Amino acid sequence: MRHTITILVENEFGVLTRIAGLFSARGYNIETLNVAPTLDETVSRLTLVTHGDDKIIEQIKKQLNKLIPVIKVEDISHMVHLERGMLMLKVIDAGDLLKAAKAAGAKIIDHESGNYFIAEFTGAPEEVDAFLASVDAEYIIEASRTGPVGMRRGSKGFVV
Amino acid sequence: MQMTGAEIFVECLKREGVEVIFGYPGGAVLPIYDAIFQQSHFKHILVRHEQAALHAANGYARVSGKCGVSLVTSGPGATNAITGLADSNADSIPNVCFTGQVPLPMIGTDAFQEADIVGITRSATKHNFLVKNVEDLALIIRQAFHIATTGRPGSVVVDIPKDLGFAKCDFVWPEEVNMRSYQPKTSGHAGQIKKAVRAMLKAKRPMLYSGGGIMNARGSAALLKTLAHQLNAPVTNTLMGLGGIPFDDKHFVGMLGMHGTYEANMAVSHCDLLVSIGARFDDRVTGRLNAFAPDAKVIHIDVDPTSISKNVDADLPIVGDVGIVLQQILDELSHQGGVPDLEALKLWWQQIDEWRAKDSLGFEQSEEGPIKPQTVIRKVHEITKGNAIVTTDVGQHQMWAAQHYGFKEPHKFLTSGGLGTMGYGLPAAVGAAMAAPNEPIVVFTGDASIQMCIQELATAYQYRQKIVVVLLNNAYMGMVRQWQEMFHESRFSHSYFDSLPDFAKLAEAYGGVGITADTLDELDKALEVAFGSQESFVFIDVAVAKEENVFPMVPAGAALNEMVLA
Repeated sequence: MRHTITILVENEFGVLTRIAGLFSARGYNIETLNVAPTLDETVSRLTLVTHGDDKIIEQIKKQLNKLIPVIKVEDISHMVHLERGMLMLKVIDAGDLLKAAKAAGAKIIDHESGNYFIAEFTGAPEEVDAFLASVDAEYIIEASRTGPVGMRRGSKGFVV
Repeated sequence: MQMTGAEIFVECLKREGVEVIFGYPGGAVLPIYDAIFQQSHFKHILVRHEQAALHAANGYARVSGKCGVSLVTSGPGATNAITGLADSNADSIPNVCFTGQVPLPMIGTDAFQEADIVGITRSATKHNFLVKNVEDLALIIRQAFHIATTGRPGSVVVDIPKDLGFAKCDFVWPEEVNMRSYQPKTSGHAGQIKKAVRAMLKAKRPMLYSGGGIMNARGSAALLKTLAHQLNAPVTNTLMGLGGIPFDDKHFVGMLGMHGTYEANMAVSHCDLLVSIGARFDDRVTGRLNAFAPDAKVIHIDVDPTSISKNVDADLPIVGDVGIVLQQILDELSHQGGVPDLEALKLWWQQIDEWRAKDSLGFEQSEEGPIKPQTVIRKVHEITKGNAIVTTDVGQHQMWAAQHYGFKEPHKFLTSGGLGTMGYGLPAAVGAAMAAPNEPIVVFTGDASIQMCIQELATAYQYRQKIVVVLLNNAYMGMVRQWQEMFHESRFSHSYFDSLPDFAKLAEAYGGVGITADTLDELDKALEVAFGSQESFVFIDVAVAKEENVFPMVPAGAALNEMVLA
């Protein structure tokens, strides 16, 4: 089962390697991983998407917590939460593709008429999937996609 | 006050209460060695290989209860230390290793004796640090000791670039270490303790199963014994937990697992309550997981949350320091004031005594020989009155030592349990001798294992340590041979030696006393010499029955109640 885990870590060099190393050493999968410093610049926040049964996810959470620079771990999958990812898509400017992209809610951030355009699309992972699938693959020059970042709904914050 | 990095290193170790470090100098640590030369706060023991520095620090830590400390140079010095780091980490032994690094501006240039030690040791340590500013050195050293010795202990590397040894800054000693991301839990959850005690009093077939956690929580062995007696429950120990309860206590049913006793494994297989105390359900303990303790409710006490429900699901987990939790349990027991189910326990002990009657560790020793390895272990127990500090390497001799020596106290059996490192025993004894110079120290080893760190005889001689090395020589890698015999139709692929050194002569060459014992008489005489008033180490090369196997045995993948007795 797919799980989205948010993690707060000390913002120091090597933290990402420790997390990635933990997953490879114990044979867990990382589907996507996002990381950036928080408002408190001594802390970084990660959103990690992984797969596993309950026992594996429980171990993943414990093993993450065991890493010394990890401050907090939360599996938000079972909570009411939001996820958003972003896609940048470079497409050949032909036919109605540009119009269709706009209609689907993409923002056009670069455009050379009759040559190409770059669409920016933000949404829940399945919305990004759907948008990507809606564009004829023959016309796609390149795609660059982030993994999702996630947050619980409600007024409570996930902070140090 | 302004100090150089090297002076800060010395000052920090002094303030951490370090008395002994084990090390080997080299280019990148020369500034630190220069500062060590000019101080008298701690001793430096010069080993002959960096792996041995880590094993010696490990042995020292286990006996003294302090943190082990070692110092090695960059590149090969540090890579040689990795086996020892992984070994200490697997066995949860506090061990801080300082590694030299090439100067900061040269990092990443593939400089001479450069290796990415923080990268290489990440998965072999509890944590590691690269010091990038001399101002950070004191805090990092403080954190390194804190991390190594608290929670589930382990190994920690501090990688110090050479130029920081010369760099100067104001020395600031952090009085306290407070890390928001590292707050190990010490006392157990009160509600869980109450439930655990209720379960213990209700159990009809309880079983206590303790491991290395009892060693790390100093003083907890006495609590374990009290609990066992109050509950009238049988106790089994893991390899790491031997000495957790005296071997001659009637509640002790021996070690469990692959080479455990029949009664211990049968009791685990039939108990209705299994209380795991500072043990982690290693595969060598559980045998086939789906047949392990099938009827038991499992209470798991461990300081490391990742150990809980990793291999065996715990019905009642208690995270905390084993010593504190045991005390909480004893307090709750007297608070609840209940008594265990005496009727049921009577039947349970009758059953256990029936299993005991199988005498699963029994063996026959004929007077004319050959010398059985088990005989050697038992004779050493006799002559040392069971009081020696025993270290081992890895293999058959290790299992025989575990089965037959008989430990009265904790911290007397030093063995590589988790990683299973051949070559551990002799350097661990060197470390133990620094912690307990006046106690008898015995290394049980094999003809294969001893050759992995035999150079440490030079260290033992240099510091005039009266270590007794007892080599059970069967001219085989015995455990490999045993598995090949049992599981590979006796195809002895590369598990024997066509040429072994004359170990007695080798020992003499290193400055010690070397004795060869081929008969029981010669063995008795050799042991008398070894435990008499010697001025150096004594090395006894005992020719033992070549094809003796370790029994009983749970074959890999079998259940504990499917033991092979002989």
